[in-house]
Amino acid sequence: MDKNFLVDSKALPFCKGCTHTSVAQSTERALQKLGYDPLDVIFVTDIGCHGIIDKSLKSHTVHGLHGRSVALASGIAAGLAKDSGKKVIVFIGDGGATIGMQHLLVAAHHNFPMTVVVHNNMLYGMTGGQPSEFTPEGFNTPTSPNRSAMGAIDMVRLMEGVGAAYVSRISGIGDLSNELADAFAQPGFSLIEVMEICTSYGVKSNPGMKLRQVIESSGLQLSKHTNDRAEAPHQNFESFSSSLITEKLIITKEFEPIKKGTVRILLSGSAGEGIQSAAEFLAKTAMLSGLYATKKGHYPVTVGVGFSAAEVIISDEPIFYTGSTKPDFMVITSQDGLDYAMPRIKKSDRSTIILDQSLTLPETKSVIKLTDLRAKTGSRNAAMLSVFHLVRKFGILSEASLLTAYSRNKLSAKVPIETFLE
Amino acid sequence: MTTITNNKIAFIDGSRLITEACVQAGAEVFVGYPITPANLLYSYSNQRFPVMMAAPDEITTLQWMTGYSALGKLPVTATAFPGYALMIESINMAMMMELPMVIILVQRLGPATGTATSGAQGDINGVNGTISGGFKIPTFCISNLQDCWELTAKAVEAAVRLRTPVVLLSSKEMVMTQMSFDLSGLSNIEKVAWKMHEDTQEYKTYATDEQLIPAFLPVTQNKHQVRFTASTHDQSGILQNTSPEALNNSTRLKTKLDLHINAYLFYSYDAEKGAETIVFSFDITAQASREAVLLLRQEGHKVSLLIAKTLFPIPEIYPQILSNYKKIVVAEENLDGQYKHLLFGSHPGSHIKSVNAFGRMIQPEEIMEEVKNNG
Repeated sequence: MDKNFLVDSKALPFCKGCTHTSVAQSTERALQKLGYDPLDVIFVTDIGCHGIIDKSLKSHTVHGLHGRSVALASGIAAGLAKDSGKKVIVFIGDGGATIGMQHLLVAAHHNFPMTVVVHNNMLYGMTGGQPSEFTPEGFNTPTSPNRSAMGAIDMVRLMEGVGAAYVSRISGIGDLSNELADAFAQPGFSLIEVMEICTSYGVKSNPGMKLRQVIESSGLQLSKHTNDRAEAPHQNFESFSSSLITEKLIITKEFEPIKKGTVRILLSGSAGEGIQSAAEFLAKTAMLSGLYATKKGHYPVTVGVGFSAAEVIISDEPIFYTGSTKPDFMVITSQDGLDYAMPRIKKSDRSTIILDQSLTLPETKSVIKLTDLRAKTGSRNAAMLSVFHLVRKFGILSEASLLTAYSRNKLSAKVPIETFLE
Repeated sequence: MTTITNNKIAFIDGSRLITEACVQAGAEVFVGYPITPANLLYSYSNQRFPVMMAAPDEITTLQWMTGYSALGKLPVTATAFPGYALMIESINMAMMMELPMVIILVQRLGPATGTATSGAQGDINGVNGTISGGFKIPTFCISNLQDCWELTAKAVEAAVRLRTPVVLLSSKEMVMTQMSFDLSGLSNIEKVAWKMHEDTQEYKTYATDEQLIPAFLPVTQNKHQVRFTASTHDQSGILQNTSPEALNNSTRLKTKLDLHINAYLFYSYDAEKGAETIVFSFDITAQASREAVLLLRQEGHKVSLLIAKTLFPIPEIYPQILSNYKKIVVAEENLDGQYKHLLFGSHPGSHIKSVNAFGRMIQPEEIMEEVKNNG
């Protein structure tokens, strides 16, 4: 089998003298040393000069968006089968590493099995030589001739910070195949940063400056760090769990309905009172009598504070529209609930409003019934008490269906039914 | 009294049905970033999918998904517009690479962070304009619990068969409201097979026959070189500027859909004989429209109903059906009718009526009133 990874290692598409050429040639030699076949390797290339290497490669190539190559490669690497024998290699520049910095951190953090080769020529070469976050102190670019104070982000330290299994920084001078092979041979995540000077823009903006000088004056150390990490677990695409649609969901008719037509109910209270669970319980109780039921929740984005409200519709006809702007019953357990329901209370003229006795009576043309919805059971069970009160006092559903439904509700294990039977 | 007698009635939300339908149709990995009101889909998927990945953001979500798709593993995600906005460039990428995936977009009230817990149908223009250059991604919109099952399976099938990202559009109440629902009506869903390249001879990643859909090979096989690219490319997947072959390949992404979208044309047309008025709707407002039409007919009004389920590319059949009516009432939960404007232009004729709402559901009574209104 052809072991060449490059179509023609002497005809690469980069500027004369660009280190991208030697990275590509050294990559080929490194992979040959490790015994890979070209189609064992998946190259994911970023946007930038280095990314035009695709057409020169005999391996699989994936070429996506600027800065996203590491994330794209992560999806491939994460889904590889155990012992796949495949090698995922990302080619990215310092510009791509800047825009996609989070992807580098996350890939290292997850220890996805892949190698990232950062072609760090310290500027954006394809777009005219703008500075990146990896442009070191004292290194000028065409658009930042005096940009020197801030210095570069140290990618090696950044990688160490997230526990990268392997990270190294090398100077892009001479043959790099041993260093690249070392990084490629890692079973988990590895990143190798190759320091380069862009022959088009870096050299012109920094006359006479040598790569070694830049590295020394920047304080960036040429170094290698390893971290003994467990391999990311291999994913099992055959591990199907059981269906979400099971017999357990089925509610069979056991009782006769005692009311005709449609009843719309608004339960409105505070988070923590069990409003949503009680509303679901009410709907399921109705279904025990063969009725159609819907339950729609309302709550703010906060969890655990603020109002919580639910609209329940019970009907002997199919329900399409699940809103309930004019409820027949509004059951209000708390001030939060009252505030939430107030626009509907003000508009209503035919509702029955059941209000906890601690609350101030709102102005309305509807009938208001004051009762204790909290004191006896505490706020945690206020909503369930409200449902019991509603069903029993107003004969919405049969008492038998209510008792049966409660016996099957998980709350019954904690709160005896007598609590809700006044 | 027509109480339910069938014994397979469950109290269920749409998210459960959508998740199950995805898996049964062949989706293998869910990549998720949490966002209200799509979190139920996240948690059901966490239970059900063979592989579940918690991504650190929505750009990563789409990138990881594309990586899985390159392996031949169909990925799904669920999000709302703030997340979708971050995904857009990556959706363009996946579309250009012709790597299938399903993006479930659960609409909520915008603009911006808006009200995360309030439903809406405000993302129609956003989805329509997802792809630069006038291309479309197939977009299916759920109108009831039955659609959560059947349309989801079709969305997965369309993604795989047409090799494209697909949007399954929905909204908060459609995926979160629980309803009594007859499970015995759920059809059997067959796993969708990827069309693989089987010849031992030459393979070009983007070469097609007259069906215009390239055969797939994952990057994990070692018989043929595979090249996926987001840049304008030739049939081999090699970057080209604007060579005729490369431009033909790009425009094929449109003609591919034109050729095949009728296999994925879903709508519900309830025509009433003699009706001169039609109600047109989709998503959660389809439910209010169904109720409105039912009540109008009980009152003796003649009115037809068209529910759109395939939203994009806009099927020709919609304007054809609608042109048969003197009055068209378009009901959608956004400021002034996004889909209406896409169908009828920026200044629709006076016979096109709009029922809209912002920050609340449209009620059947509002649709009825507009139908009965003689103005």
